[in-house]
Amino acid sequence: MVNLGVDLCGYRLKNPLVLASGVLGTGPELLARVAEAGAGAVTTKSCSLAPRRGHPNPTVLEWGHGLINAVGLANPGAEAMARIIAEAKKLLAPLKTPIIASIFGSTIEEFARTAHIISSASPDFIEVNISCPNVEEEFGRPFAADPEAAAKVTRAVKAVTSIPVIVKLSPNVTDIAEVACAVEEAGADAICAINTVAGMLIDVYAGRPILANRTGGLSGPAIKPIALRCVYEITQNVKIPVIGTGGVTTGKDALEMIMAGATAVGVGSAVYYRGLQAFNLIQEELADLMQKLGYRSIEEVRGIAHRS
Amino acid sequence: MPTVHNLPVPFAIKLVKDESLKVKTFILDGKLEAIPGQFVMVWLPGVDEKPFSLVNDSPVVITVARVGPFTSQLHEKKPGDTLWLRGPYGKGFSIEGNKLLLVGGGYGVAPLLFLARRARAQGCSVDAVIGARCAEELIFVEDFRALGCQVHLATEDGSLGFRGKAPELVEKLIPELRPDSICGCGPEGMLEALSEIAVFWKLPAQFSYESYIRCGFGVCGSCERKGWLVCRDGPVRSLSQSL
Repeated sequence: MVNLGVDLCGYRLKNPLVLASGVLGTGPELLARVAEAGAGAVTTKSCSLAPRRGHPNPTVLEWGHGLINAVGLANPGAEAMARIIAEAKKLLAPLKTPIIASIFGSTIEEFARTAHIISSASPDFIEVNISCPNVEEEFGRPFAADPEAAAKVTRAVKAVTSIPVIVKLSPNVTDIAEVACAVEEAGADAICAINTVAGMLIDVYAGRPILANRTGGLSGPAIKPIALRCVYEITQNVKIPVIGTGGVTTGKDALEMIMAGATAVGVGSAVYYRGLQAFNLIQEELADLMQKLGYRSIEEVRGIAHRS
Repeated sequence: MPTVHNLPVPFAIKLVKDESLKVKTFILDGKLEAIPGQFVMVWLPGVDEKPFSLVNDSPVVITVARVGPFTSQLHEKKPGDTLWLRGPYGKGFSIEGNKLLLVGGGYGVAPLLFLARRARAQGCSVDAVIGARCAEELIFVEDFRALGCQVHLATEDGSLGFRGKAPELVEKLIPELRPDSICGCGPEGMLEALSEIAVFWKLPAQFSYESYIRCGFGVCGSCERKGWLVCRDGPVRSLSQSL
């Protein structure tokens, strides 16, 4: 019998699959539904200090090899999200599914204030999203583009909360391992890698980009090799656990991510391809494949790609 | 799986019909394969992208009320102009029984005309209750009649047909019509009132709901209503699912 349980900063997840931020994490009942569908942990949509409407449509498209989105961090604001998290925690308690609260800000102080408000709802983890690629016009370059800025945000959030902090990194950088080392040194408890990959689609009949924001973030199958490479490079250089996220649609994808060194595995766009059943299907496939390959636990297989 | 376009596909406008002062119908040059109640995302480059129920799938027909900046720009479009569509998305109506009661409020009647066409083609008898604020805002009355449906009108100001809201007329009609099931689309309050009626008469019922839709295919969560997604689990939900 294969044991899919994993340890993430002292929390036992019954399986390594984590609902990625930005997918379905809008309300308590929906978060509970994802947990019931078999996720090992769920992440809320990223929230900011003040509510945000996000970008106009089109904001989310599927283009044949993955999704592209520029939702623009639409969210009801930290106070409202704290209520959502508190409500979700009640619904998730019987399932023993931890909840990860994702936050972002336009300044380091905003990150800290948002983290402080969100902490009042006692999520199990705080994910610090310093890597959204869709809001450059308002926010400038993401904090994740600069190791020093990434470290500052991490330190500021760590200073206001005792909840474990996961820092979400961007693949849109020259050296992701360098950023990973910087946030580890700044006290991050874990890393989530990767956020979406900056991209664009053009409609030839309209002769213009399709997303209202012009550019957006790619996710889904097309980015899996990028995510694997990033997770591999990060885990070569840091000791804190990594939630490997990007293009995981099947159990085999999840195993690749774990072999690259991931402790847990983010699942997002798979919900488009396989519906909410994705969580149970990926788990079954992962267990079957591990069994076939002779592995009994995730620990046994984690990072083995580094040894070759 | 019907033909699904997840990227916008251009469709030329063939014909534009005025339904009322505020409502226009756009008949497009092209087909889709859809179930009544399903919706498409309509993109106007540089403006916005919004969901609309299909009124027909071959050719593609949508009916649009002018309610804001997007629909005002859409109303400017003429035959020969292009609309970009992706979809169809969501779950549609299923035809339950042989005697259907369709209830549409305002422009909510749009997907019901599509449903009436399919139901009539299957040999069902169809009663349609069409409600609006006043006579000028009633739409599709002749279209339903042309399909051989019994049409019952309700206007809030009493300018035509029953004076009052559609559910009040439904309450009066049900004892004599004894339908096998109810399908409704319209304002939230109307759907709530219809739910109560359906529960009272123990009738199976399906309703089409509205929400703010971004992706249309169940990932972004923008359209969530208490844990279910209007775009992927709906927009049509049966009463038993909603309770």
